[in-house]
Amino acid sequence: MPELMLDGHALTVADGTSVAAALALGGNGCSRTSVSGQRRAPLCGMGICQECRVTIDGRRRLACQTVCRDGMQVETQP
Amino acid sequence: MNEYADLLIIGAGPAGMAAALAAAPSGARIVMLDDNPFAGGQIWRDGPQASLPAQARQLRERLQSHANIRHHSGTRVIANPGPKQLLVEDDENGWLISYDKLILCTGARELLLPFPGWTLPGVTGAGGLQALIKSGLSVSDERVVIAGSGPLLLASAATATQHGASVLRIAEQASLTSVAGFAAQLPRWPAKWLQSFSLFNRHYRAGTHVLAAFGTDRLEGVRLQQQGKIVELECDRLACGFGLIPNIQLGQALGYAIEGQALAVDVWQASNRADHYAAGECTGFGGSELALAEGAIAGHSAVGEVEKARQWWPRRARWQGFANALNQAFTLDPQLKSLARPDTLVCRCEDIPYAALTEHSDWRAAKLASRCGMGACQGRVCGAAVEHLFGWQPSASRPPYSPARIETLMCLDDTPPA
Amino acid sequence: MIEGRVADVIVIGAGIIGAACAQALARRGLQVLVLDAGLHNATAAGMGHLLVLDDNPAELALSDYSLHRWRELGPDLPDGCAYRNNGTLWLAANAEEMAVAQSKYLNLQAQGIACELIGAGAMRQREPELAEGLEGGLLIKGDGILYAPATANWMLETPSIRQRRARVTEVDGHRVRLDDGQWLSADAVVLANGTQANQLCPELPIEPKKGHLLITDRYPATVTHTLVELGYVTSAHNAKGPSVACNIQPRPTGQLFIGASRQFGTTDPQVEGWMLAKMLKRAAGYMPGLARLNGIRAWTGFRAASPDGLPLVGQHPQRQGLWLAVGHEGLGVTTAPGTADLLVAQLFNETPPLAAQPYLPQRFLGEPAYA
Repeated sequence: MPELMLDGHALTVADGTSVAAALALGGNGCSRTSVSGQRRAPLCGMGICQECRVTIDGRRRLACQTVCRDGMQVETQP
Repeated sequence: MNEYADLLIIGAGPAGMAAALAAAPSGARIVMLDDNPFAGGQIWRDGPQASLPAQARQLRERLQSHANIRHHSGTRVIANPGPKQLLVEDDENGWLISYDKLILCTGARELLLPFPGWTLPGVTGAGGLQALIKSGLSVSDERVVIAGSGPLLLASAATATQHGASVLRIAEQASLTSVAGFAAQLPRWPAKWLQSFSLFNRHYRAGTHVLAAFGTDRLEGVRLQQQGKIVELECDRLACGFGLIPNIQLGQALGYAIEGQALAVDVWQASNRADHYAAGECTGFGGSELALAEGAIAGHSAVGEVEKARQWWPRRARWQGFANALNQAFTLDPQLKSLARPDTLVCRCEDIPYAALTEHSDWRAAKLASRCGMGACQGRVCGAAVEHLFGWQPSASRPPYSPARIETLMCLDDTPPA
Repeated sequence: MIEGRVADVIVIGAGIIGAACAQALARRGLQVLVLDAGLHNATAAGMGHLLVLDDNPAELALSDYSLHRWRELGPDLPDGCAYRNNGTLWLAANAEEMAVAQSKYLNLQAQGIACELIGAGAMRQREPELAEGLEGGLLIKGDGILYAPATANWMLETPSIRQRRARVTEVDGHRVRLDDGQWLSADAVVLANGTQANQLCPELPIEPKKGHLLITDRYPATVTHTLVELGYVTSAHNAKGPSVACNIQPRPTGQLFIGASRQFGTTDPQVEGWMLAKMLKRAAGYMPGLARLNGIRAWTGFRAASPDGLPLVGQHPQRQGLWLAVGHEGLGVTTAPGTADLLVAQLFNETPPLAAQPYLPQRFLGEPAYA
């Protein structure tokens, strides 16, 4: 059961949980704010649409294609 | 950490797995890459809430039993810097892989069409919702509407129901006549027939499509055109996908010929480029059984086992028939081209509305003037949408084929070619 | 009406130069027809960097004049043009380059251009992502950026301009022939089609110089100024072989443009991995944090370069009625307003706002063959 930090809050999830799922388990499910200020959440779920890009351990990555690991730092884009 | 493969397989879904397993006994050094965290593709996507069928588990176990198959998960192809060489990256590293033979098994993605409200949190693809649930998304006690087209809608509804969601409606755009005609042919493929019964859902409506999603900060409801009537449903999630489109960008960039919207292959699953093959849904939508047969043929062909490849031909032909019936039944209704309103965003990366595109005559002009398609998804979502809406041909991909760390691109040899 | 006369002036090329010329002509009350073949042009491929360059007095005069014009135009430009006056920060990697910065500073100061020499510490305060160990820099305050394709489109929306998608196969003074064989004529024809100019006028000494660019995902507030290495002046700009120089530009979207490369003797538009890698390594040398950012697109373009680095602006000395506005190399977007003003002044036989002599086509094509 990895414990990660999502926007500064600790969150424990089941093994194998994607960061995209964790966004909803530990928050409102949103990943980023669009160019015109809309909040967005994962759309395609399979690494195509890039809506779920978040900052994971300092790098921009896709939440839907990343499995949660212990100690991971996840920041959604404000 | 540069690498060499006798056979490089891009994609670890059913086609890629079958290709690797077919080729493995030859002793060839096989490398299989896949962008997803686990092997299995989208149909057998693994995760804490996935229940893999026995066939998928067996295939994965068999893959692990071959010491000459290396599988890199979470790995994307970024560039093709030289002949038979690819630049790839995972979450940590970038490196080069040289190969002798290549099989592309890059699968398909959902066709996502713009409609008012489709950018609201709570709206996903149909397969998208299924993938998110498998990877741990909780939908327990949520009200879900599923819309779009194709058999994936039923599969997605089944996954949502199994995880505690209440599926209010499954809106299939194809007419009842088309769907019934397709269902009538199913006994030709008994396993599929049985499967369709187990997936069937009393909330299924043919001739029904989404008109709009509404809500302020997130989805609160949907408006449907249901067999001529307008219906509104309050819901927490809308999962909407209009069928599958082949992922051909990488093949195109590598010089594969295109036929229709798919990579063109011959009876050996070979492309027009020597030593370059393709199998599965990047060569046309057909389901996992067809992908397995095509993958096996490609795997055997790539290691020169012509007779073994030929043995799979009847199986491929049989499932090709299923694919043809399917594609015919779920042809998209032209009405779906008029869902977007002038202010509906078509490009979600750059937030470009429909009205900014209509004055243009081709994709390039529209892109340059509006920046549509210039964002991180590289036009994979909006490019497919405008191809459907306006008939515009998407432009060919250039490296980086996927957003890539600059340090990965710096792995390329910077000496000029001799 | 004379048969085939379609406008007062026909402009060939709807890139930023053609668009600026068309706009300037239309604003003088002329009917303008702009013909464009729809090919990839440098305006679409470039960075949209508006900068003062001072390799020689003529380059300085034209770029400085044009920057004034851009700052005037700025408030009128629609949001889509993404005009910003963010300044260029020239980076000195060592003492030798700092000396270049100082002489550049004196030169620009003398011209009345607002600039500031910045020491190493102050520079990293202003741009914290810059590498340690740089010597300092020179900030040119009036420089800016814009999105050139949208700006060209805005210019072309001026009343009295008509646009037509057409490929010109021949020019004969004030007449042009289209690929369907039709001849169109006007009082004057302006050739503003960049690297394609040689196709219609083989005597023009214009050579394509290939460039690569990459754009990142959005990382707002990472960089403020356009960051250009001073080696740009000493190496990339003047080198004969393939070369790279660090050029990092923050877009209003929060994205970063990363350039720049130069290659001669090729017209192949492919993104070349080795050149991309070389260019990115150079940029990451100045801004190490770039390595961790995601690049989302890379592409190439071709600059239309003349032998002396200056454009050809004026009437073709041997082809009366044909006016040239070509050969701007990497400065087309910057010098578009100046080029248009120079061209219009010559067309109307007025005194140009800056000396026209250094840019006259005669310097390559010889003295006029008509009275």
